[in-house]
Amino acid sequence: MRILIKNGLVIDPSRQMEEKLDLLIEAGVVKEVSASINVGPSSPDQVIDASGQWVVPGLIDLHVHLREPGQEWKETVASGAAAAVMGGFTAVCCMPNTDPVNDSAEVTEFILERADTAGLCRVYPIGAVTMGSKGERLAPLSELKKAGCVAFSDDGQPVYNPEIMRRALEWVRMFNAPISCHEEDKHLSRGGAMNESSLSERMGLIGMPKVAEDVMIARDIELARVTGGHVHICHISSARGVELVRRAKNDGINVTAEVTPHHLVLTEEAVEGYDTNAKMSPPLREEEERLALIEGLSDGTIDVVASDHAPHEAASKEVEFSEAAYGILGLQTSLPLLLDFVDSGTISRLRMIEVLSTAPAKVFNLKGGSLKEGKVADLTIIDPQVEWIFSPETVKSLSFNSPFIGRRMKGAARATIVDGRLVMLDGQLIRSA
Amino acid sequence: MTNTDIDYSRHLLGIEHLSREELYNYLDNATHFLEVSERDLKKVPALRGKTVVNLFLEPSTRTRTSFEIAGKRLSADTINMTASGSSVSKGETLLDTARTIAAMNPDVLVIRHRASGAAHFLASRLENTAVINAGDGMHEHPTQALLDLLTLRQHFKDRSGGIEGLRVAIVGDIRHSRVARSNIMAHLLLGNKVRLVGPSTLIPDLLVKENCFGEPLQVFYRLEEGIEGCDVIMLLRMQLERSAGGFIPSLEEYAREYCLTSKIVERYAGDAVVMHPGPINRGIEISGELADSPRSLIEKQVTSGVAVRMAVLFKLATASGEEKRE
Ligand SMILES: [Zn+2]
Repeated sequence: MRILIKNGLVIDPSRQMEEKLDLLIEAGVVKEVSASINVGPSSPDQVIDASGQWVVPGLIDLHVHLREPGQEWKETVASGAAAAVMGGFTAVCCMPNTDPVNDSAEVTEFILERADTAGLCRVYPIGAVTMGSKGERLAPLSELKKAGCVAFSDDGQPVYNPEIMRRALEWVRMFNAPISCHEEDKHLSRGGAMNESSLSERMGLIGMPKVAEDVMIARDIELARVTGGHVHICHISSARGVELVRRAKNDGINVTAEVTPHHLVLTEEAVEGYDTNAKMSPPLREEEERLALIEGLSDGTIDVVASDHAPHEAASKEVEFSEAAYGILGLQTSLPLLLDFVDSGTISRLRMIEVLSTAPAKVFNLKGGSLKEGKVADLTIIDPQVEWIFSPETVKSLSFNSPFIGRRMKGAARATIVDGRLVMLDGQLIRSA
Repeated sequence: MTNTDIDYSRHLLGIEHLSREELYNYLDNATHFLEVSERDLKKVPALRGKTVVNLFLEPSTRTRTSFEIAGKRLSADTINMTASGSSVSKGETLLDTARTIAAMNPDVLVIRHRASGAAHFLASRLENTAVINAGDGMHEHPTQALLDLLTLRQHFKDRSGGIEGLRVAIVGDIRHSRVARSNIMAHLLLGNKVRLVGPSTLIPDLLVKENCFGEPLQVFYRLEEGIEGCDVIMLLRMQLERSAGGFIPSLEEYAREYCLTSKIVERYAGDAVVMHPGPINRGIEISGELADSPRSLIEKQVTSGVAVRMAVLFKLATASGEEKRE
């Protein structure tokens, strides 16, 4: 299959490129990127006019929950993949907190099979660090790696026992895989439903203090320092956490960090009125924390934006605030929310594509993240101007839990191409035959 | 469904959403009902034909009884639902409960629930029913604050300025107390000086640091300093399980530092009156002799409770009725 994309603004952070160029895809790779591509007598299978649009390496989300196996009423690999390609993502990494937990090659293979059947984006499973993510015994990390896991995590909780964390970091260092860490000491955030702040005090809700996150970040940085293993900090949410990562990087410690779009866009005020669609872990925090996250993203302390896409059915959100499930959808809103920061001049468009594509590819050692000739043809065409509303009708997930439902968005993915194959064009999914 | 589109004037979800005028309006009406309560014939036909559902999903004999009596004295049809009764089954979610209540279509719902925000949840889902928050988690207990103010208003009726310009000390487990939150807001609304007194683990720094109620609050860790020169000392009930949660070393340790006695009050706040939302733990928050002494307003608080709840039921039931006729 040959696809010719004409007249687009090619943005490629892997070579600091922003230029109006044509791009030809052939046999699953980027064949040519140049000012004017003449394909000669054999016309391509598809020509896309990308005038006024951006042609970027495919977006990659390092942190999603696809809920399969075990909670298929919330999301499946197929529905999650549909949301992903609609949102411009060519690859997603799915967390292992399924039922059963992804702590065996069987579960990993099952997920990969489902992804294959869905035939949309790449799905990279993340394996559990410990059996059942219980924090007691190491999962078969090498077996999981061989089966296709690209990273390890007990997301939802930290690996409490520091000795087990130390051994896990030593083990994964052998094959250069990161451990993705949900940093929360739940002794400090016990029963917490929102950020601990003057607002939680006024609303009478138990708070989740920032220090619950910070102490675990500090611990894991020290463990990364002594082991040389790669610690990837999930969904960082506090200014102090950002500062700890900044210092660790200055010290040359093998640590990377991700932030979610919602922590960049919203503050804890979104929970006023006890809105359970703004309940998540880590919680939305104060404005000064949000600004520190933006600064960390701009200066490179934070490497990656990842959505923590966490679908939940209405019944687990339409309850008392303290009882409601944590988490919100992310795959279809990441791109437009980030585009707002480009519009306002907060980050450059090159940096935006970097944190959504080139950097995640690098952090988890994945294909993609570059439009250099010869590279895999995973790419996204972005229309930065199109205006639309994130309504329930546009949601491709099986769940609708998002504080952004009803929000007016500017910018969207116009086309998503995975492995040289068009999987989404102008809002239509194209599954493999 | 979000809880953000609530018309707060239709309900009583907290002191937070009340203006000074609304607060005084409740107190004026409650004063009137206090007089009714002193008559031989205590019943008035004000709410004849109106339905009030008392839904108490957390045990509370006092508040529930108080609302029940208030409803009866106003001649409302009162239905009591409790978690232990057959009317609300164990497996039922709050959303199921909201649907059941909606089908019953009462004029007023009185709700007591262990979760903060439960009253908001119901208010946002019941179109034709006024919701009265009778205590939601650690959030608010507005009728308690109103009855405390009514009690003070009776006591200070000859004082110039009435219940304004008072120095109020709230003592005890501020952290977990909805009574404290509602009272703090009520006293700040009146321009009173509010002091919080108790151990540092039970007075969240954030509650004070960022003026979370809009006005500064003073914090005292020593009881004697905290009550010094105050007009009102409001004690909070200490939940007996707090030491298990690691908030205090033991009840004995708490009592040694914070149990209020007549001797301490006389020495540091000779003119102060003492209040407690009840039920009291004698020897822990308050000594028995102080609770029974003339400066204790504890019994008067109970009487005020019925009058305040009559005033709230009356206002919201009649307002909700007007809306229905439209
Ligand atoms: Zn997490």
